[in-house]
Amino acid sequence: MSVKSVDPEEVDAAEILGSAIERREDPRLVTGEGVYTDDIQRPKMAHMALVRSQYAHAEVKDIDTSSAEEMDGVAGVYTFEDLVSEETPGEGEFMLPVGWLLPDLKQVAYPVLANEKVRYQGQPVAVVVAQERYQAHDAADAVDVDYERLDAVTDPAEAVSGGAPQLHDDAPNNVAFDFELGDADAVDDAFASADATASLSLTNQRLVPNAMEPRAAVADFKPGTGELELEMTTQNPHLHRLLLAGVLGFPEHKFHVVAPEVGGGFGSKIHIYPEEALACWTAMLHERPVKIQLTRTESFLTDAHGRGHETDVEVALTNEGDVLGMKVDTKAALGAYLSAFGPAVPTFLYATLLSGQYALPAIHCNVVGAFTNSTPVDAYRGAGRPEASFVVERIMDVAADTLGMDPADIRRRNFVPVDEFPYQTQVASVYDSGDYETAMDKALDMVGYESFRERQEAAREQGRYLGVGISCYIEACGIAPSELVGELGAQAGLWESGTVRFSPSGTVMAYCGTANHGQGHETTYAQILADELGVDYDTIEIVEGDTDEVQQGMGTYGSRSAAVGGSALVESARKVVEKSRKIAAHHLEADESDIEFDAGEFYVSGAPERSMTIQETAGAAYLAHDLPDGMEPGLEATSFYDPENFTFPFGTHVAVVEVDPDTGEVTFEDYVGVDDVGNQINPKIVEGQVQGGVAQGIGQALYEGAVYDENGNLVTGSMQDYAVPKAEHVPEMRLDETITECPHNPLGVKGVGEAGTIAAAQAVVNAVDDALSPLGVDRRDLDMPLTGETVWRAIQNAEGGA
Amino acid sequence: MAEHDITLTINGEEHELSVEPRTLLVHALRDELGYTGTNIGCESSLCGACTVHMDGDAVKSCTVLAVQADGSDIGTVEGLAEGGEFHPIQESFQEEHGLQCGYCTPGMMMTATAYLEEGGSTDRDDIRHALEGNLCRCTGYQNIVNAVESAASKMGGASGAD
Repeated sequence: MSVKSVDPEEVDAAEILGSAIERREDPRLVTGEGVYTDDIQRPKMAHMALVRSQYAHAEVKDIDTSSAEEMDGVAGVYTFEDLVSEETPGEGEFMLPVGWLLPDLKQVAYPVLANEKVRYQGQPVAVVVAQERYQAHDAADAVDVDYERLDAVTDPAEAVSGGAPQLHDDAPNNVAFDFELGDADAVDDAFASADATASLSLTNQRLVPNAMEPRAAVADFKPGTGELELEMTTQNPHLHRLLLAGVLGFPEHKFHVVAPEVGGGFGSKIHIYPEEALACWTAMLHERPVKIQLTRTESFLTDAHGRGHETDVEVALTNEGDVLGMKVDTKAALGAYLSAFGPAVPTFLYATLLSGQYALPAIHCNVVGAFTNSTPVDAYRGAGRPEASFVVERIMDVAADTLGMDPADIRRRNFVPVDEFPYQTQVASVYDSGDYETAMDKALDMVGYESFRERQEAAREQGRYLGVGISCYIEACGIAPSELVGELGAQAGLWESGTVRFSPSGTVMAYCGTANHGQGHETTYAQILADELGVDYDTIEIVEGDTDEVQQGMGTYGSRSAAVGGSALVESARKVVEKSRKIAAHHLEADESDIEFDAGEFYVSGAPERSMTIQETAGAAYLAHDLPDGMEPGLEATSFYDPENFTFPFGTHVAVVEVDPDTGEVTFEDYVGVDDVGNQINPKIVEGQVQGGVAQGIGQALYEGAVYDENGNLVTGSMQDYAVPKAEHVPEMRLDETITECPHNPLGVKGVGEAGTIAAAQAVVNAVDDALSPLGVDRRDLDMPLTGETVWRAIQNAEGGA
Repeated sequence: MAEHDITLTINGEEHELSVEPRTLLVHALRDELGYTGTNIGCESSLCGACTVHMDGDAVKSCTVLAVQADGSDIGTVEGLAEGGEFHPIQESFQEEHGLQCGYCTPGMMMTATAYLEEGGSTDRDDIRHALEGNLCRCTGYQNIVNAVESAASKMGGASGAD
C-alpha cells in the first residue's frame, strides 16, 4: 500500500502536479553536501556557551564571572547588565516578545538573560564567548552564580489553585489568562435536557519536540557596512528577523537572516529564544562571527515544549446517541514565561476545534493558562489541535460506552452531514469542506471492523486482550485571514508571499516566504509551477529561507506551506501568464481575448500554428524591443496571498492492539489511516508526512512524556530518560486517502504536516481502553504515555492491587 | 591542554592532525578536517546521527575519542558515492523517500551499510532492530526500512554481501 516514487524525468509535464516524484532535495542530503548551521565555518569565528540555571525557581543574588574570564581562550563573559549597558551594542530592551495577545493576558517580562530571578531550569543567566567550542563550555561551567532557592510549581492545575509558589508579581495566582469560547447557557440547557451524561478527566502530557538537529546559530557583524548576518535553525527567517530586530534594537533593513539546511523543527524552531539574540549581540560586541550550537541536553531544557493540559470534559447525551452539548475545562501549562505563540496554542488553536467532526449544538470551553516553573510551552507538531482531537475522540468513546453503543455508530450519528458544508461550528470555526463518513468507512473496512468484534471475543476467551481504537480527527491549517487572526490577537499577519521570475533565457526562479526543513518544498513548489506555467520541472529553481533573496514571508508551521505559500506562487504564476499573454497577443498580432494558453504555449484561437512559447515571451519581455504600448520590460510577479479561511483536513485512523495483561505491554496488530488533505501535490511526500506524524502521535500515546520533579528539575532531560520512538516502536502503517478539495484556494489543497500527529494518540489510547474494557480499568489510570508500567498498574488497580 | 598527533584515514585519504585528549572523533572529523556530512544529534551515543565506520564497524563518533581512532580507517557519508555514482543505499533512500530533513540520514545510512555488508537479514523486523541505535524524528521509519530492504536487494545483486 506504499506509494511508489517515480523519477521526474519519466513524468509528462501535464502529469507533474500530483505525481510521486523523487525529491530534488535528496542528492545533497544523502551525500553530506547539505550545509546545516553547525557545518558553517567562518574566519575568526568564536564560540558561545550559556550559563544556565540549575534551579527551577530562585533569586539570582550574585554572578561571579572572574574565574571564567581568566580561562584560556575566553573573550568575554556577560550578564543582563552588560546587554542593556549604554557601552554595548543594541538599543533594545533585550526582552523576548509575545506574538499573540489575549484579553487580559498577563504579559510578563522575559529577559534574554535572567536579571533578578530564574523561573525554569535551564534559563540562561550569563553568556561566554571563547575561541574554541570546548573552551566556551569550560568557562560557562566556571561561572559562579549565587542563588537563593524558592519553592517551585510545575503542574498547571496546582499552579492556579491558590497557595502555590508565585512566579510573577504581575500574575496573581499564576494565571496568565482565563479564556472562554462557546455558549455556556446553551450547554447548561443541553445538560438539563439530557438523558445521560459522560465525563472524563485526562492529562495531555508535556512533550519535548526533539528535532534531530538541536538549535544553532552563527551570527556575523560587519562593522564596515553595519550589516548583521544570522544563519540559524529557523522555520521562519523573516519572522525571526523582525522579532530579533526588536529585541536587539537593530534596524531590520541591515539584518540578514538565513535558514541553511534545517534538521527538523516540529514547531520548536518557530519561536524566539535567548540564544539567537545573544549570538547577534556578542557578534556585534566582538565584531567577529560567533557560533552557538546547543547540546541535546540544552534542547531538552529550553526548546519550547508542547501540550501540558489537565482537562475535564463532559457531554450531554440522548439515549439514542445524539451529543447535545459538551463542556471542557482545561488548565494549560505555559511554562515560566510566554513563548512567542504560547497564548494562542491552548486557546484559538485548541478550543476552536472542539467540535471535532461532529455537529455539536452547544459547546463551552474554559481554558486557564498557568505560569509554571518549567520550560515555556508553545507550538509542537499539531499545536492545540491534537489536544482538541484527543479530548473529543476520547469522550466519544466514553459516551458510546455509557450508552452501550458501538464507538463507530455514535460517531456516524453525530458527524457533520456531507451536505452541510461550509459548516459553522459553535466554537467559531467554519469548516470548509468534508466527507467524514466516507473516510471512516474506508478505514473501518481496511481493519475488518465488522469481523473484529468476533475475533476480540474469541481472543478474550483465550485470555488475550485485543482492542480497536477509532480516531476521527479534524485539523485546521493555514491559519487566516490576517484580519481575522488580528482580531483574535495575533501580532502578525498570516499571509504568504511568492515571487515567480522568468530569466531572459526562459528558465524560472521562484521565491517563497515559507521555509523548508524537511517538507520537500523545492520539489512540490516546482511541481506546482511546472503545471501552472507549462514549463519543464527541471527549468524551475525554488528559493526559500533567506531574507535577502525572498521578498517577505511568514514561514513554515501549522501545515500552511502548500495551502498558503503554494497558493501565493500560483497567484504569481497566473499574473506572469497574463502578462505573457499580452506579449504573445502583440507578437501574434491577435486580440488578447483570442489567445489561448496551454502547456506553456500561447496560440491564436482557431489557428494553433500561430503560437509563441512562454519562454519566448520571457525573451521578448527582457529584450524589450517590441512590447505592447505602455508595458514595462521584464517578466515577474509577486503575490501576497491571504486565504479567506483556514483549511480543515480530516480523516480516520484506527489502531488495533493487543495488551499483555501480565506485563502491560501494548503491541500493534494493525494501524491504518485514511487521510483527506485535499488535493495532493506529491503523494509520496504526503505519505511521508503522515507516517512521520503518526510516529510522533504514537510516541505520545506510548512512550514520551516530559516529567518534572517537585523542585522543577526536568527528570526526563536526555534521550536516555525520554523515549523518542525507535524503528522497533513504530508499527507498519497502512495508509489510504479520500480527496475533498479545499474550495477556497487555487490548488484545492488542505495541508498534511500535522495530520498524523493529530490523529494517532487517541486511536492508540482508545484501542488500549477497548482492550482492557472487560477488566473495569479506571480511565484516569490510562493517562499517556501508556508504558508497560502504566498499563500494568491500571490493571492491578482494577483487580484491587492483586 | 597537551595535544596528541594522530593519523586518520578517512574515505581512503590519510590525514595527520593534533587533537586534545578529550576531542571527540566527530569533532575532529567535522571541525578539524571539514567532514561535516556526519551530524551530531545528542553527544551521548543515543541518537546515532554521528554514526561512521571505523575499521569497517559502525560506531557512534560522538562517543569515540579522536585519539582512540588513531591509525584507523574511517568511513563517512562523503565516501559512500564512488566515481559520481550513488551507493545503492543512497539511491534507495531517495527512491523510497527514506529521508525528510536529512539530519539523521548519514548516520542511518552508515549503520545500514555496515549491517548489510555484514550480511544482515532483510526481514523487516530485523532491519528495524538493526536500526535501533539510530533515531529519526521525521519519517516514522517505514520508508527507511523500505530503503534498507531495497538497497539490500541491489547490493546482493551487484556485489553480494561480504
